[in-house]
Amino acid sequence: MKKDRGKILKPLYNVLNEAGEITKFALRFFKLIFNRPFEYNEFARQCYYIGNKSLPLVAVTALIMGLVITIQSRPTLVEFGAEAWLPKMVSVSLVREIVPVITALICAGKIGSGIGAELGSMKVTEQIDAMEVSGTNPFKYLVVTRVLATTLMIPVLTVLADGISLYGAYLGTNLRGVVSWNLFWSQVFDVLVYADIIPSLLKTFFFGFAIGIVGCYKGYNSQKGTEGVGLSANSSVVISSLLVFIIDLIAVQITDLLGLT
Amino acid sequence: MTAVKNSVITIKNLYKSFGTNNVLKNFNFDLNEGESVAVLGKSGSGKSVLIKCIIGLIKFEKGEIFVLNKDISTLNIEELDKIRAQVGFLFQSNALYDSMTVKENLLFPLRRHKRHLSETEINLLVSEALDNVKLPETANMMPSELSGGMKKRIALARTLILKPKIILYDEPTTGLDPITSREISNLMVEIQDKYKTSSVLISHDINCVKIVADRIVMLIEGTNYAEGTYLSLKESKDQRVLSFFN
Ligand SMILES: Nc1ncnc2c1ncn2[C@@H]1O[C@H](COP(=O)(O)OP(=O)(O)OP(=O)(O)O)[C@@H](O)[C@H]1O
Ligand SMILES: [Mg+2]
Repeated sequence: MKKDRGKILKPLYNVLNEAGEITKFALRFFKLIFNRPFEYNEFARQCYYIGNKSLPLVAVTALIMGLVITIQSRPTLVEFGAEAWLPKMVSVSLVREIVPVITALICAGKIGSGIGAELGSMKVTEQIDAMEVSGTNPFKYLVVTRVLATTLMIPVLTVLADGISLYGAYLGTNLRGVVSWNLFWSQVFDVLVYADIIPSLLKTFFFGFAIGIVGCYKGYNSQKGTEGVGLSANSSVVISSLLVFIIDLIAVQITDLLGLT
Repeated sequence: MTAVKNSVITIKNLYKSFGTNNVLKNFNFDLNEGESVAVLGKSGSGKSVLIKCIIGLIKFEKGEIFVLNKDISTLNIEELDKIRAQVGFLFQSNALYDSMTVKENLLFPLRRHKRHLSETEINLLVSEALDNVKLPETANMMPSELSGGMKKRIALARTLILKPKIILYDEPTTGLDPITSREISNLMVEIQDKYKTSSVLISHDINCVKIVADRIVMLIEGTNYAEGTYLSLKESKDQRVLSFFN
């Protein structure tokens, strides 16, 4: 009986412990964020790197999502004789939910694992120690810049992806039936109000922050050896993807409570 | 002052453990100005832990470490950085920054410890450091394009660029072939003569120790088990000391 309880409690304890450690790590980030001098070059390099590395994948996925969602929604709307509503309905679900979450998940996979592996290998090859003896706070140089970069760039990528996915929706609408370019966009902007755009954009800052913090935490605390690095990369993807869904759930509740839906 | 020798590193009664793993137990050590001392110990005996304590990368629980007459454990980060600017550290795994070119690697400590230098002074220092390690043509290469021995040299150049008073070498010849090992050892002696640095050499490579060190300290079971010159220790009757000499 006792043994069983141990089996259940141990993983629970581990999860809570990890959550506590990540929170501590995040607090350290907030403590150092206003510490001068700010590492502009590294921050800019990271922003460029994130954008450059994920934009192609994000763009293709967004275009496909726009197309697919449109094609799949059409039959249902046709059944209700509401085909004219297609652009409106599709654009709301794309901008509010699908594009932000998909973009975040792609970035969790590409950026999160990249950061986890990069910092992990810097840790095991003593590059982080070397920075420290070179009179540089490695947390500030590596973690603060990367977390700020993901927090800024994932919303930027999401906005771009929103645009691309709506273009996909436009193409999808025109596969059967004709809706002119102007009519399509006037319908989209008819239905999309600030209440759709602002909350869905706000949550992407949190997605970006979570991806950055988890990747950095996992890399920074990587275990010795090459398996340690692989493990860091892997678990940063798992944890940050999970966090994206949790944050999304919380964001929905909040917008609901505030009556923004 | 009556003291003839000027000590640049003094370690008294150092204790360091990780959980139940007592790595250092009452370790004592002295490095005099201009001297080169080797700390010899098996793998896992705590050599890396020891020199990371010296530079403040690892906090220890008991004992005292003085570097250039400053008590390391009492310094705040600015004071510690001032000491670190005068102490070079050659890492066991080189620790070259993968994402930067050789030149940027050399510039990293320079830009941070010496902010007042002009662009021409900086370029001069970089080419001097690369000449010192006999790799003048590598400035624009990435670390991944270098061989193991070259990486070690570049890491040494990065350590030298600040003209440190003390250099800490963490196993500079491990993982290199015997010929390259000897080249690196000779390079270390050359640098020692040229810049009059004091140095601590951590190793289990007795050939490198023989070439570089004036004096040897044996780290066994966490403490300074035996001390002496290469020749005096070679004559030792103690099996544990002798085991390093095959
Ligand atoms: N950060 C750490 N956390 C826990 N234990 C550690 C840590 N660093 C070192 N140790 C332990 O301290 C002991 C000494 O390690 P150290 O790296 O100093 O060995 P070493 O003498 O340098 O060996 P090598 O010649 O293989 O480099 C080992 O048992 C190691 O497991
Ligand atoms: Mg070591």
